[in-house]
Amino acid sequence: MSQQPDLKRLKPYGDHFEDGGVQLSFTLPVPYSDEAKEAARLYAEKMGLDRVQVSSMEKMGEKFCFFVVYGFSKLTIDFEKVVVPKIEIPKLTHKEIEELAEKKLGRRVVVIGGTTGSDAHTVGIDAILSIKGLAGDKGLESYSSFEVHNLRAQVDNKVLVEKATQLKAEAILVSQLVTQQDQHLTNLKELLKLLKQAKSDALRIVGGPRMTHKIAKEIGFDAGFGAGTRPSEVASFIVHELMRRKHGSPKKGHHLSPSGEAPKDRLEGGSAGASSKKGRSLFGWIGGGRKDS
Amino acid sequence: MSRLNLDRDKIESCRQVGRHITLQIQDFIDRHTTVSIERATLRFFGLEDAIKSMPIVNLIVDRLPKEKLELGIARWFGRALVHHRASSPLSLALRIADGKINMEETPDVPYEKVDQALQPLVMAGLRRLDAARERKEKLLTQYDRSERPLKYLIVATGNIHDDVDQAKAAVEQGADCIAVIRSTAQSLIDYVPHGATTEGFGGTYATQENFKIMRKALDEVGKEVGRYIRLVNYSSGLCMAEIAVTGAFENLDFLLNDAMYGILFRDINMKRTFTDQYFSRLVIARAGITINTGEDNYLTTAESYRAFPQVLASQFINEQFGLQANLREEQMGLGHAFEMDPTIEDSFLYEIAQAEMVREIFWKSPVKYMPPTRHMTGDIFFGHVLGTMFNLIGVTTRQEIQLLGMPTEAIHNPFLQDRFISMKCANYMFNAARHLGDEIHWSPNGKVIRRARAMLEETHTLLKKVERLGLMNAIEQGTFANMVRFIEGGRGLDGVIKKDKTYYNPVWKALEKRLPTADEQELIALRAESPLAVGHSEESEAGQEEGIVRPHQGRSRRRPRSRRRFGGPRGGGSQGGGKPDVPTTGS
Repeated sequence: MSQQPDLKRLKPYGDHFEDGGVQLSFTLPVPYSDEAKEAARLYAEKMGLDRVQVSSMEKMGEKFCFFVVYGFSKLTIDFEKVVVPKIEIPKLTHKEIEELAEKKLGRRVVVIGGTTGSDAHTVGIDAILSIKGLAGDKGLESYSSFEVHNLRAQVDNKVLVEKATQLKAEAILVSQLVTQQDQHLTNLKELLKLLKQAKSDALRIVGGPRMTHKIAKEIGFDAGFGAGTRPSEVASFIVHELMRRKHGSPKKGHHLSPSGEAPKDRLEGGSAGASSKKGRSLFGWIGGGRKDS
Repeated sequence: MSRLNLDRDKIESCRQVGRHITLQIQDFIDRHTTVSIERATLRFFGLEDAIKSMPIVNLIVDRLPKEKLELGIARWFGRALVHHRASSPLSLALRIADGKINMEETPDVPYEKVDQALQPLVMAGLRRLDAARERKEKLLTQYDRSERPLKYLIVATGNIHDDVDQAKAAVEQGADCIAVIRSTAQSLIDYVPHGATTEGFGGTYATQENFKIMRKALDEVGKEVGRYIRLVNYSSGLCMAEIAVTGAFENLDFLLNDAMYGILFRDINMKRTFTDQYFSRLVIARAGITINTGEDNYLTTAESYRAFPQVLASQFINEQFGLQANLREEQMGLGHAFEMDPTIEDSFLYEIAQAEMVREIFWKSPVKYMPPTRHMTGDIFFGHVLGTMFNLIGVTTRQEIQLLGMPTEAIHNPFLQDRFISMKCANYMFNAARHLGDEIHWSPNGKVIRRARAMLEETHTLLKKVERLGLMNAIEQGTFANMVRFIEGGRGLDGVIKKDKTYYNPVWKALEKRLPTADEQELIALRAESPLAVGHSEESEAGQEEGIVRPHQGRSRRRPRSRRRFGGPRGGGSQGGGKPDVPTTGS
């Protein structure tokens, strides 16, 4: 029988279990020399690596040296204690979502979306909203339960909020490419501020190639979706979250967890985490069950 | 023989349709000016200072109510210059800027006197443009030892001094062109920031001082490595016209300048952009700068497999806009990109077909080939493979400018080492496959040729549709990049001004006069002696202008597949109908 990993003391797998083998590359701002190479080796040792091998040192202009380094890490991690906030929603088909929305919500849900600020990358928002969708999973426009308004690229936050209010949007989707210097965060926070001022209680959903649910929650969004998200996942989230809000108790949404397990401490960051302390303390507008209509 | 055996009549027809499309817009352009053009005019007079970091050209133009600008800022400024007998244009400008002199209240003086006072300033500006052009020509003759494709790298630290360090390192690694990417959303600021800057978001502000600093650095490192290094910036956004003047004065080599990019991707009003691009290109043409157009961006919002005809159609349109603004085809670095979904079967063949056809159709253009971005996922190892394939196509299809892809695209601004890895890959591929293109013949009815044929056909249909709708309406319908933009929408519309009958702008007028460059004069002489002269007899029928602007012989390098592949543009060349290549508007 093949060896199993020790989940209590998990280590990278290079060539065999628990060797801790890793590869890394970096630059030191010093000229090419034997001392530079030794410095790179020592630096990797300080990073917790054993048996460090500087497999390549290259001169990168006059002032810089580039290294490729292999080593074997001494560090371990307890896999069983790893917790990742996730959106706990069942994976439903297009048809199931439509039926659920008709039965439980009984109305067309107005969804508005776009990329905000200076972001011109509409690939993500289009994949989620447009009929075409992503990899055969059709976008929200194809659902009779949704009325979709795609404002596309570089929508001013103010315009987005105005439109959302005007159209009585129940879900706002923004797509945001993560940029340098956290520009995207400033922009997203500005949007939340404006929504708060406008007293909007629409679902706030953010997506982007490097977005995670965790980051989204930390800023104060209801949900964050990363690369590879299918439109049906977003659709399912919107319907379930609106149902949950309609019926009050945050717990209700949770037995829908696909694993069937009790969500345990994951709840904090899960969709029920709409009442998460972090969100509330930052902006105060989030609250499970606050909205009833 | 054309390697793709493209239908020459179809290409000609695309050019003609492109010309019709742009002439409709030119009619609008000729009747309008913009605040950016008026400010650029003042910059042309050498007014480069700022008060409390606001450029004086903004302060002056903003002093006048918009309806007064119908006459042109030159009229008002010139009138004040004559009346107040200022010691210098700058001292007058400073007094207008801080409100001590009111241009509106200055009594009118005869037109001749105004013109007389301003002509020396116009001449001085023209001399600066000419000097910039001649400098480039001279240095390129001396130093241009770069192989093609030129290797183009971007720096973007936000701090011009850090940019200098990174640019120098990039050049030492082999870069031929350095672009200093601009701070996020600079294109939406309606003035050009002033002075050296050390803070930016995702890039470094384009300012005259920053241009100067980087130019000096690249000249220095270029001398060390024995290559001329091209400096790139962005003549786009609300200050398109002003950056053209500033960039020209500071000896930039390439400017990103596209007739439609700002409309589609920056939501700048189309009337504003069309008018600005014309003036900016007049400046660029005279200064011998090469534009880089932005069609590659279309493929970031639309899938390349389907949307490629948009790229080609836009290139035909950009080309015609360029010709109307006196740009030579050799100054038009038309853009396209390697962006196809890598999971599509034979995507590599389709990419080759596309790259090859752009190269063949715009064979005089220093075509710019852009790397994969849309399908870069953060998996640097696979990304590096994509970048390698991109480089293979670049060298095989003889692209002129290759913007090197970064394995870390979609992760962060490139690390120093990311550029190094990318450069090493390009150096290897360009060398290892240097003459691969010469060895390849495509199967006459194979996938590559069929793809090219289909794309040309679709492009023609698309151009016809745009012609029928008119370009502005076509943009309203989302014809390009799937972006819908409205004629009266977008930023900067309030800066578009209808010219009065008596509108006066001596800079504009001077720039519209197309002078044969030294380069062209030399070619005219060469042509008389050239054994190839026979091949030119037919095109000379199209008139002198036509002859002047076809200096392909000067570009001996990388032009083995000469015009004979297409038999050369016939009759009226690109335009057909025997019309002159360059409209002699203004005069």
